[in-house]
Amino acid sequence: MNFDRVVAGGLVALALYIMSHAILLPIGWNGQTGGPGGGSFPFWGSVIILVCGIGILFRPVNSDASLTVEFDQSMLKSLILVIVAIGLTIALIPVIGAYLALPAFLFWYTKIYGKHSWLLSVLLSLLTPVGVFFFFEVTLKILLPKGMTEPVFVPLYALFF
Amino acid sequence: MELLSLLADGFATSLSPLNLFIVILGVTAGLFIGAMPGLGSVNGVAIVLPLTFIVPPTSAIILLAAIYYGAMYGGAVSSILLGIPGASTAVATTFDGRPMAQQGQAGLALIAAAVASFVGGTISVLLFTLFATPLADVALSFGPAEEFALVLLAFTTFVGLGGDDVLKTIIMICLGLVLSTVGLDLISGQPRLIFGDLPGFYSGISFLVLAIGTYGLGEIFYTIETSKTAPTVTPAKITLRELWAGLKRMNQLWKTMSFGSFLGFFVGMLPAAGATPAALMSYGLAKQMSKNGKSFGKGNIEGVAAPETANNAASTGSLLPMLTLGIPGSPTTALLLGGMVMWGLVPGPMLFIEQPDFVWGLISSLYTANFAAVIVNIALIPVFVWALRMPFTVLCALVVVLCIVGGFAPSQKMHDVWLIFAFGVGGYVLRKAEYPLAPLVLALVLGPLMEKSFRQSLIADQGNIFVFLERPLSATFIILSAIFFAMPVISALFSKTKHRLHVPSKRPKLNKSS
Repeated sequence: MNFDRVVAGGLVALALYIMSHAILLPIGWNGQTGGPGGGSFPFWGSVIILVCGIGILFRPVNSDASLTVEFDQSMLKSLILVIVAIGLTIALIPVIGAYLALPAFLFWYTKIYGKHSWLLSVLLSLLTPVGVFFFFEVTLKILLPKGMTEPVFVPLYALFF
Repeated sequence: MELLSLLADGFATSLSPLNLFIVILGVTAGLFIGAMPGLGSVNGVAIVLPLTFIVPPTSAIILLAAIYYGAMYGGAVSSILLGIPGASTAVATTFDGRPMAQQGQAGLALIAAAVASFVGGTISVLLFTLFATPLADVALSFGPAEEFALVLLAFTTFVGLGGDDVLKTIIMICLGLVLSTVGLDLISGQPRLIFGDLPGFYSGISFLVLAIGTYGLGEIFYTIETSKTAPTVTPAKITLRELWAGLKRMNQLWKTMSFGSFLGFFVGMLPAAGATPAALMSYGLAKQMSKNGKSFGKGNIEGVAAPETANNAASTGSLLPMLTLGIPGSPTTALLLGGMVMWGLVPGPMLFIEQPDFVWGLISSLYTANFAAVIVNIALIPVFVWALRMPFTVLCALVVVLCIVGGFAPSQKMHDVWLIFAFGVGGYVLRKAEYPLAPLVLALVLGPLMEKSFRQSLIADQGNIFVFLERPLSATFIILSAIFFAMPVISALFSKTKHRLHVPSKRPKLNKSS
């Protein structure tokens, strides 16, 4: 079972899943208006993905196009760590607010993962949210989720809006 | 003459203090983005796009175009100083740029790259100016049938010319099309593909979400996994005397540079081709035509000039079909197109009639961006040497924050941030398995147009499927599409006969990212 086939298998599954949702709308020819129904583009598009995916699954392993992907094991571990950290950060944003979750991520990434100096890590973790606040909230009037930190920002809103 | 007066009007827009500042800001940002290994024009535009809400639409597009431009210049910097292309478009620049740097000629190589980029940019902008109006005039006669056929043609060029695995290319095109249908059906207004009534999907999947996911987070994931050790930076200092000598040396390379510019411009117009193949082709042809072709790869200045003219010319070339036909010539221009639609500026021939100020403002800004880029590039070389020493983890952390916040900002839904995360991981996996990402982004951007034009033509003609072949222009496009689509099949048949003769046929593998 090589990586190429795992990915192709995943795409086949995705295509089947999309097809199961696309059939809620007419997928055939609509006699009254002429032309295909609303579900036909996603449905038949997925059918092509399905066919091509099966093609990749069942072509001979040592054909020209098959490929062997090599992962750097040590880097793959740290990559998964970073992906989990980013997922956690996004999950925490609505709870503890963007202005706690993002600095926490920055600090973790620079100090603990990247092993940078205290000065750089703390400065980056503190200055980036300040920059984000002034750019997005003050200038663009786009409010980021604050979660439980909302009350802290009330005086700031009063100051800037 | 009418052209000149239009262009003069355009300069009135692009030379306003705000837009001039925007151009300089854009090319400087683009230069840095291009110079950073792992980040190219497409990543830069994807990450910066949400930040451009701060300025009016015209300035926002000028800013993004300037970043695109600057990134083309900047790619050469890390090719020469680090030996790693700053963007895939600058791959060919490493062939001779790196040996030059190792021989202590890093300064000269950087000057050559900057001057060549300037020449490529200028010639291609002139070509752009000449071709824009005639092409837009032709496009005015397009109906839905022609629009559909043209989009189909754009997709089939990926199959015929993309050079990637054909099955994987087709999968990515269809995946992009399928993702573009999420939301409300354009004709009946019914919700579709909302995956169990998830409210976030009612508004569809924004191109921005896909772009930030695959080209922002996905790129970061890819770089984390593939870069283990920090590369060494070759120092480069530039004196005025060196600059003068470099300019004199470049003055002898007009033939290579003008050839590269024309080649780059026309190759860049094709959606599947673009700057990377244009640069490689230009390098290869320059090597064949040059008198000292043998010294290519060992630090020949011509080997720096040829790809750098071509990749800059290609970036301008890819803007031409985007602006006149509404069909982007590259993933970066696909993002520009998406951005323009977001601001209510729909690219295509009507734009030339309805928004001439914008169109000519943008075109004239390419001239100013070119001047700004060459000056900023040469002036900031010491800063680049310093910036390339910046630890990658710091850059990574900032890009991740920008992706999350920038992804949230346009729609203000956490749903989109989760989608970005999913596309980031998915994009990384697909890229690792050598699926091309460019057709995915292009298909998502063009999907709604393709479906709408297809269904409109059929409704208008009571479901007559032959409507696409009855109109001469659309029939031409369809036939061309069929040829492009058949190309890999034909070449596969050829290679099969070769196999029977036991001749190994292996096409060179190229690591393409954008």
